[in-house]
Amino acid sequence: MTVESTAARKPRRSAGSKAGGTGTGRTTRAGAGKSAEPELVQLLTPEGKRVKNAKNAEFAQYVAGVTPEDLRGLYRDMVLTRRFDAEATSLQRQGELGLWASLLGQEAAQIGSGRALRDDDYVFPTYREHGVAWCRGVDPTNLLGMFRGVNNGGWDPNGNNFHLYTIVIGSQTLHATGYAMGVAMDGADSAVIAYFGDGASSQGDVAESFTFSAVYNAPVVFFCQNNQWAISEPTEKQTRVPLYQRAQGYGFPGVRVDGNDVLACLAVTRWALERARNGEGPTLVEAYTYRMGAHTTSDDPTKYRADEERESWEAKDPILRLRRHLEASNHTDEGFFAELEAESEALGRRVREAVRAMPDPDHFAIFENVYADGHALVDEERAQFAAYQESFATESDSGFAAGTGGN
Amino acid sequence: MADSVSTKNLALAKAINESLRRALETDPKVLVMGEDVGKLGGVFRVTDGLQKDFGESRVIDTPLAESGIVGTAIGMALRGYRPVVEIQFDGFVFPAYDQIVTQLAKMHARSLGKVKMPVVVRIPYGGGIGAVEHHSESPEALFAHVSGLKIVSPSNASDAYWMMQQAIQSDDPVIFFEPKRRYWDKGEVNTEAIPGPLHKAQVVREGTDLTLVAYGPMVKLCQEVAAAAAEEGKNLEVLDLRSVSPLDFDSIQTSVEKTRRLVVVHEAPVFFGSGAEIAARITERCFYHLEAPVLRVGGYHAPYPPARLEEEYLPGLDRVLDAVDRALAY
Ligand SMILES: Cc1ncc(C[n+]2csc(CCOP(=O)(O)OP(=O)(O)O)c2C)c(N)n1
Repeated sequence: MTVESTAARKPRRSAGSKAGGTGTGRTTRAGAGKSAEPELVQLLTPEGKRVKNAKNAEFAQYVAGVTPEDLRGLYRDMVLTRRFDAEATSLQRQGELGLWASLLGQEAAQIGSGRALRDDDYVFPTYREHGVAWCRGVDPTNLLGMFRGVNNGGWDPNGNNFHLYTIVIGSQTLHATGYAMGVAMDGADSAVIAYFGDGASSQGDVAESFTFSAVYNAPVVFFCQNNQWAISEPTEKQTRVPLYQRAQGYGFPGVRVDGNDVLACLAVTRWALERARNGEGPTLVEAYTYRMGAHTTSDDPTKYRADEERESWEAKDPILRLRRHLEASNHTDEGFFAELEAESEALGRRVREAVRAMPDPDHFAIFENVYADGHALVDEERAQFAAYQESFATESDSGFAAGTGGN
Repeated sequence: MADSVSTKNLALAKAINESLRRALETDPKVLVMGEDVGKLGGVFRVTDGLQKDFGESRVIDTPLAESGIVGTAIGMALRGYRPVVEIQFDGFVFPAYDQIVTQLAKMHARSLGKVKMPVVVRIPYGGGIGAVEHHSESPEALFAHVSGLKIVSPSNASDAYWMMQQAIQSDDPVIFFEPKRRYWDKGEVNTEAIPGPLHKAQVVREGTDLTLVAYGPMVKLCQEVAAAAAEEGKNLEVLDLRSVSPLDFDSIQTSVEKTRRLVVVHEAPVFFGSGAEIAARITERCFYHLEAPVLRVGGYHAPYPPARLEEEYLPGLDRVLDAVDRALAY
């Protein structure tokens, strides 16, 4: 399908529609009860009821085959991810990690999209995609190295087709696009997914990735988790139109999904991935969700947002909602929850122990992998560094061994 | 004087805050812009309370887009404003690097002097705070290589206060590197006694045996080094450069002609760093005075390492003392 034709199927709502909250004149955040959830694809209400309507029918077919076991699996993923996240937050408080970026509240967006992926798909995360990493089979303890300060990455991106976390906002969306262009050139039917935040949507790199992916019809899904905040700045400080509508201007479809509804996230991502695989090009998915905690452990959200806002979102908790659904449909028994609780405790313990046992890096790691081919200056500085270290071990006379460069 | 009402004991970050407040009060054309500078007061709280007092159109929370922040600041300067923009951390200035290098730096020259670019770009920089990637770098040399930009870095609260005043008053773009690991260090600030010019280096400790040159976060370290060396009977002079571009070679020359030895200390990688420029010029100017080659202490030709290795990477007391010993041994 051509870009034109995908664009043609795009408009899911008219730009002027009220519920859309196109942003005009809306400068304050109403907090609880604000009605900024237009055209949300939702399959599961906060009360755990399945939604069926004309609007979501197109997407619902993508989860038609989901079994009770699948639902329990999604539930388990979300519970364990939240447990891991909580453990990391407390490890930061205990001084074991220098920093932590919590995903609390965003489990459905991450698990739903993450479970839609195939093994050969490739993921470009930001720094908060712990749930997606979980779906990719990246050992959660691997995510902690950079937050503990023992490395700047911590896993082989090609091991699980899960790229390294990217701290510079928005950069990875271009990498995802380029990777997707490569996939297309190879004639493969893999897809690529790039995660980013509502704040990131302001970056030039993100705009450029939209342009490139549209122009080259790249098989990439842009998965924006609009968690309402970019540190202290509300989404209104980044955009005056709902983010999913941005796609239209680039010539590909955008859709807003209830980011706290794991089923809807699974369905919409599957739909977008299918488009990519079919050669229909990029899609923008805006998962409308909420960051329930602080931006990172260094942040103080009380300076910029009201408690009631969080409370209103707690009522839409992604985990609670699926639990209600599972219980109402008799898809589980008490044993399931008890076992999961035990599993979750065990995960917490394992993570805690692994982090505490994580060794500090060898000092010479500074000079490792600076170049693939090696570099004379790095070799020289490593040797000077070694001599300098050695001087503490052996010398009593002043350490002349250390050279000048790099000292 | 010291106990005059205009003297306050302020943390370096707070000194910048008060300096910005003064500029906003005295000149309606001054604007503060950046990510999170409003309600939150910036991630380091440097702009704390300013939006509350001066409103959202003078203290502007911007979209998350550094190129946009600097690019629009250029436009505002063209319209007669004096924007002071905040880049949240050193490693995030690069999306704006294009605007700074290709536009901000050259506008005055290209307009044959008709256009002024009174833009201050504030960048908290440097390491030592245990942060993750891209939060600890010292990219000053990357900017110093570009003509048209002025680059300064205060080392103490008083300079932070006054250099910010002077940077805002400058009609040239100033990249204002703030030593984030010194944000919480307190010092006396006299808000009336105007200090020397923005680009003048300052002898912060007199000595006769060797000159230590530093700026920003490394000045305090060099003072500690001098104190430690004094216990061994070595009498070191410490020079706080304050400005990287222009660079006060005269003050370094004066000091080196007295002490005959020079060690330059900075956090940035040594290779092609500001120390290289200083070593070359001083060798040229003081060839017959020097008793030892100019030595440099700084970072390695390697990415800034993870937090648990930064003490190995950054110049510390021992590494500077080691260089001092080597220079003195010639
Ligand atoms: C280029 C760049 N500028 C600034 C920052 C500092 N920073 C880190 S996270 C963040 C907010 C990101 O918000 P958003 O994109 O909405 O993602 P979220 O953290 O909410 O998931 C900022 C400003 C950065 N990491 N990179």
